[in-house]
Amino acid sequence: MLDALGEPQSVLVFGGTSEIALATIKEMPRHRLRRVLLAGRPSESLDAAVAELRDLNITGVEAIEFDAKNTESHGAIIDGVFDRSDIDVVILAFGLLGDQMTAEEDPSHAVEVATVNYTGSVSAGLHVARRLKNQGHGALVVLSSVAGDRARRSNYVYGSTKAGLDAFAQGLDAALAGTGAHVLIVRPGFVRTRMTSHLPEAPMTTNPEDVAKIIVAALKKGKSTVYAPGPLRFVMAGLKTLPKSVFRKLPS
Amino acid sequence: MSGAVATELSGWGRTMPTVARLVDAHSETQISELIKDADSRGVLARGLGRSYGDAAQSGGATVIDMTTMTGFRLDADNMSVTADAGASIDEILRQIVPRGFFVPVSAGTRIITVGGAIAGDIHGKNHHRDGSFGAHVTELALIDGLGVMHNLTPKDPRFWATVGGMGLTGVIVSATFTVIPIQSSYITVDTERGKDLDAVMSSMLERDHEYRYTVAWIDSVSASGRGVITRGDHSTAQQCNDDKIKNPRSYDPKKIATAPGLVPKGALNKWTVQAFNEGWFRKHPSLRVGEQQKISAFFHPLDGVQEWNRIYGPQGFLQYQFQVPDSAGNLVEIALGKLREIGAPSFLTVLKRFGPGNQAPLSFPQSGWTLAADLPAGVPGLGRTLDQLDDLISAEGGRLYLAKDSRQSPTNFARTYPRLEEWREIRDTMDPNHVFASDLSRRLEI
Repeated sequence: MLDALGEPQSVLVFGGTSEIALATIKEMPRHRLRRVLLAGRPSESLDAAVAELRDLNITGVEAIEFDAKNTESHGAIIDGVFDRSDIDVVILAFGLLGDQMTAEEDPSHAVEVATVNYTGSVSAGLHVARRLKNQGHGALVVLSSVAGDRARRSNYVYGSTKAGLDAFAQGLDAALAGTGAHVLIVRPGFVRTRMTSHLPEAPMTTNPEDVAKIIVAALKKGKSTVYAPGPLRFVMAGLKTLPKSVFRKLPS
Repeated sequence: MSGAVATELSGWGRTMPTVARLVDAHSETQISELIKDADSRGVLARGLGRSYGDAAQSGGATVIDMTTMTGFRLDADNMSVTADAGASIDEILRQIVPRGFFVPVSAGTRIITVGGAIAGDIHGKNHHRDGSFGAHVTELALIDGLGVMHNLTPKDPRFWATVGGMGLTGVIVSATFTVIPIQSSYITVDTERGKDLDAVMSSMLERDHEYRYTVAWIDSVSASGRGVITRGDHSTAQQCNDDKIKNPRSYDPKKIATAPGLVPKGALNKWTVQAFNEGWFRKHPSLRVGEQQKISAFFHPLDGVQEWNRIYGPQGFLQYQFQVPDSAGNLVEIALGKLREIGAPSFLTVLKRFGPGNQAPLSFPQSGWTLAADLPAGVPGLGRTLDQLDDLISAEGGRLYLAKDSRQSPTNFARTYPRLEEWREIRDTMDPNHVFASDLSRRLEI
């Protein structure tokens, strides 16, 4: 349960190796946490993430086997977690950046990005929402992206999956109104992570720790959408209204 | 389920609401059916929602609103009241005070139910001599986790597991408690200002036993810890006569005002509280003896302002109430100091002496000091400071009051209520499937 100051006791992460999700957990008061579940495909990096949190003396850290593409399995995995005890914060953090040029030459690569980022999130998100509604409280954090705000030549396959996910999350939040549960949509810009390490940095680049701070603060305030960094909200509002002819001339 | 309405519920502090299926209580049979039909989210009884934290809410559960069953009767010959659990102390006082009786224990608000008074084992200004509410209950009727009704008396360990049991042993449906005879609806009050915390605490140690009721208000903003002690006893007919009081038994407390619904964030800050505290301290004479105060003014001053909890704004507030033995009385000063350091403004800070505790495994009071401070939830650094205080308090054998708590950790709770295991064993016989659950029981892993 959240306490009176909004500090969580239990967190479930889908995409358990996500640097943003792990930084978010570290940003929470660690001694308050009683149960931290990192869901993902079994791997050395998932084990390393579990070990890293345990080394910080966080109680109840466990890995859970989860494959975003295997949507048939999602219901049972999520029920298994919630049957044991309530979850205060769920973070949907898995996703593939993919490679735009590869996707254009081999549409099956685009399908994989779409399946993981969109289909997988819709499936896990709906199962989680059902259980949050049942427990009468809880937050679902959805890691969207500014890439979904306006499609760009350089990464529109990825961007379109985030646009779809973002619209899904907005609607899910509306569906959860009055149930005690809610959705927080996070739209980061360029974040320095493994996923982006091969790319040139964009303006207003942040670190996972910066995004984590924004997420934790937004959870406490019960916000429904945040940008990271915050002022990106205004940049994106501007970009969305630019005429196509101008927008396409911007450096990608 | 018939009549269930998805409702957002929170405690008096208005922090961290959750949504439950709220059902009005109609009859014992209906309550028993609700318990038998419960799903994995469970069942919880709720009264008037005056516990500050998450004790009377339970996300996703069936929450039974007991305030629809409010019958009670006074047995003047036996000096007792038998009441439905949902009957409010407010309504009971309106009937019994004019007939010359008073409740054995009165909390700082009368807007509470009999069931809640037992479940929280409430205490009042007379704890140092009369103990808590549970000590005055002679019988209670409870529906257990299998939907079976039991009449419990103080000879039964299940009775004591229910006293202070926070509604987790079953649904209390009615109870009988003793009342005390009074000759008037007035209290003869002596007021004494203490120039610093030392003066206040020494005076309380020295003279509290001379009075039935005593409490001290502490100026939490002033570094001195100065305060105002008020002490009193029920006025006799003779005293009322001497003071020319016309209707010494009349009792009809009114609501004077309603707090505004929308208070701007930050209206309650260090400076406004400092100004209030200064005025409040100055308002009292350094010493006044024998003042006649109405029962409602002496016991329930805040009940005159409806919904006063709204003044803390949208983030809500919490009340930190702890108890420490006399040997750790210095923690009162340490706590006040730490709260002052982070600038947590509290205009309601109350210090009181407790007498010995009772047999109830989860009852809060034990001999020593208790300090309660209302704190806005939005104060930066509040969580860390209170965690530090929890550690200091638990190290000295002290603890926090569950009816006020909204943030302690399960480890702190288990450490400071050493009879928890004993209570769990009794609870398991009363509610083997753990049907009864609240947000508090989930947070504290009770």
